Amino acid sequence: MSAITMRELTKVYPNGVRALDALDLEIADGEFFALLGPSGCGKTTLLRTIAGLEVASGGNVHIGGRNVTNLPPGKRDVAMVFQDYALFPHMTVQDNIAYPLRIKKMDRRSRGEKAAETADELGLTALLQRRPGQLSGGQQQRVALARAMACHPQVFLLDEPLSNLDARLRLEARTFLKRLQRELGVTTVFVTHDQAEALALADRIAVMEGGRIRQVGTPTEVFRRPANTFVAGFIGSTPMNLVDAEVHDGELAVAGTRLPVPDEARDRVSAGEKLVYGVRPEYLDYSPEPAPGALSGQVVVVENLGSFSLVSLDMPSGDAPATPGTSLQVVVPEGREPEPGDTGWVVPRPGRSLLYRDGELVSTAAPPAVPAARTGADAER
Amino acid sequence: MVEGARPVTGASPAPDAAGLGRARATGFLVPSMVLILLFLVVPAVWTIYLGLTNYRLTGLAAANPQIVGLDNYTRALGDERFRTSLVLTLQFVLGSAVIGQAGLGFAIAFALRDRSGPLRRVVEAFVLLSWILPSSVVAFLWIALLDRDAGTLNALLGIPGTAWLLDHPMLSIIIFNTWRGTAFSMMLYAAALENVPRSHLETARLAGASTWQQLRDVVFPRIRGHVLTNLLLISLWTFNDFAPFLITAGGPEQRSEILPVYVYKVALSGGELGFGAAISFIMLLINLVIALVYLRMLGRRKEKA
Repeated sequence: MSAITMRELTKVYPNGVRALDALDLEIADGEFFALLGPSGCGKTTLLRTIAGLEVASGGNVHIGGRNVTNLPPGKRDVAMVFQDYALFPHMTVQDNIAYPLRIKKMDRRSRGEKAAETADELGLTALLQRRPGQLSGGQQQRVALARAMACHPQVFLLDEPLSNLDARLRLEARTFLKRLQRELGVTTVFVTHDQAEALALADRIAVMEGGRIRQVGTPTEVFRRPANTFVAGFIGSTPMNLVDAEVHDGELAVAGTRLPVPDEARDRVSAGEKLVYGVRPEYLDYSPEPAPGALSGQVVVVENLGSFSLVSLDMPSGDAPATPGTSLQVVVPEGREPEPGDTGWVVPRPGRSLLYRDGELVSTAAPPAVPAARTGADAER
Repeated sequence: MVEGARPVTGASPAPDAAGLGRARATGFLVPSMVLILLFLVVPAVWTIYLGLTNYRLTGLAAANPQIVGLDNYTRALGDERFRTSLVLTLQFVLGSAVIGQAGLGFAIAFALRDRSGPLRRVVEAFVLLSWILPSSVVAFLWIALLDRDAGTLNALLGIPGTAWLLDHPMLSIIIFNTWRGTAFSMMLYAAALENVPRSHLETARLAGASTWQQLRDVVFPRIRGHVLTNLLLISLWTFNDFAPFLITAGGPEQRSEILPVYVYKVALSGGELGFGAAISFIMLLINLVIALVYLRMLGRRKEKA
């Protein structure tokens, strides 16, 4: 069992920066877990604190039920792949992979065999005698992964695993990583600033901001039901539309139109309350004709994104015409794009709209609990 | 040259990057060549010539020196005092340059590598101070520190009357030169250590490597070129360093008479300029051998990489 549990984990740097702020998090055994957030949100610090490269200022970290808070990195049974892969340039691929085994005093022959075996699993056999400088970026990454795998750690930590690869290779490596993690079944935590990467790879994601976790959930959860406007704006290749709204007669006044209050929030709003209405551009249907329950506006920008286009509409602000109009983005399938200057109507799909009060989601459902490990066993507490 | 642009002079399109042409390029070089020739090559050749004569500072041989062939060299190699001096010099180089300056310099640089702020600035300031002070001043400071009767060290330790400079002359000048020259190595290694990626050290730490293993597997392979260059420079400087003379004057009983001091005594105090020149030339050859050994090691490293 190698679940990771963090309690009240805090890291304050000597210069006073609070990189982690009393953070609680549980990562289940065998889980592929993403730490996602903008730069400076503390995600890398969290990863490095799990690794032991940073010493926690408060709280504790347990790995596989063992308190490792004060253990040095070498005694935590974790392996880390750095963003730059950190391969030793003066050693061959084989020696690089065998390095952790050499430190663990395994004899030369067994560690050579072990390295060759691991390299074989990752398709590196032909490269064993090369030096890192002679490898492509993707190959270097595999060598770094092999080095991490060779000593069978309880936990893999990956720091921005895909960011040093070019766009095409990145997709390939993403699929490869996900398959590898599934086959090995080792608890894996990775850091990324790319929400698409996190959604694609992870079993669960922790979205971080300013040293705190803003939401933990499966990719579906954080995409469909962001717990707050920060997550709503961060997740998704196009950020969620967030529009000011006011409750009137059991309906929402949004940009000059009346929309129904989402079901889950119906009993939790009061008349006259000012809220934020959120809906993803993907969950809006564009229509060139007036439609019932539609928001209308003027098309200002059309961005072609291949099989679909992203259309930006400027809307009049209903109740206060003097304020500049709010903008709304909508995804329109190919062939149906409007021209800039057209007037268009957009209809939110039922059940896909969310309401935020003071930045937090208004809903009946309790925040999702920690799911059981993928293997079916319970996460260790 | 920008495509389409024509050379300024029509006569000969210059093949060099600056577009000077051979003649003008030579013009720029000549003044420095003349200076080098005048102040470096001529004295060197003159020294080689002197080494083959019985030239003296005073007396008959000063007015009319005779060529004596290799006599000076055979005399030097057979001279017990020369051989002792050579051994002392090697001890001095090994002790104060290789072990002292390079070792201590690296240790300080490594200890301070991740630090910033007042501690680092203070240490760097002190180490640099010993480097920028003139030798004569430093020598005086060390005499004041190590003096038998009124020395600071004896006062601090409460053991008046210990004659450090008489009892341990070699140790004294080795520590003196280490103190004096560590700054250079420290700064060079501090710059070199910046080239060692953090992630490499951290990978080693995660594997459980000790500090020594991190140095062996990550740091030294990275900074090997810097180490060799540093050792080359400080070995040569130390080999030719005359400053110890200001502290012990080679004594007592020639127990700290390193080669530069020996040459000085023979040539200027003893007046045997010819013999001194011969020893100088031998020193030059030894320096050359040291330089070649280091450069070989450096070159071999480059081939492998």
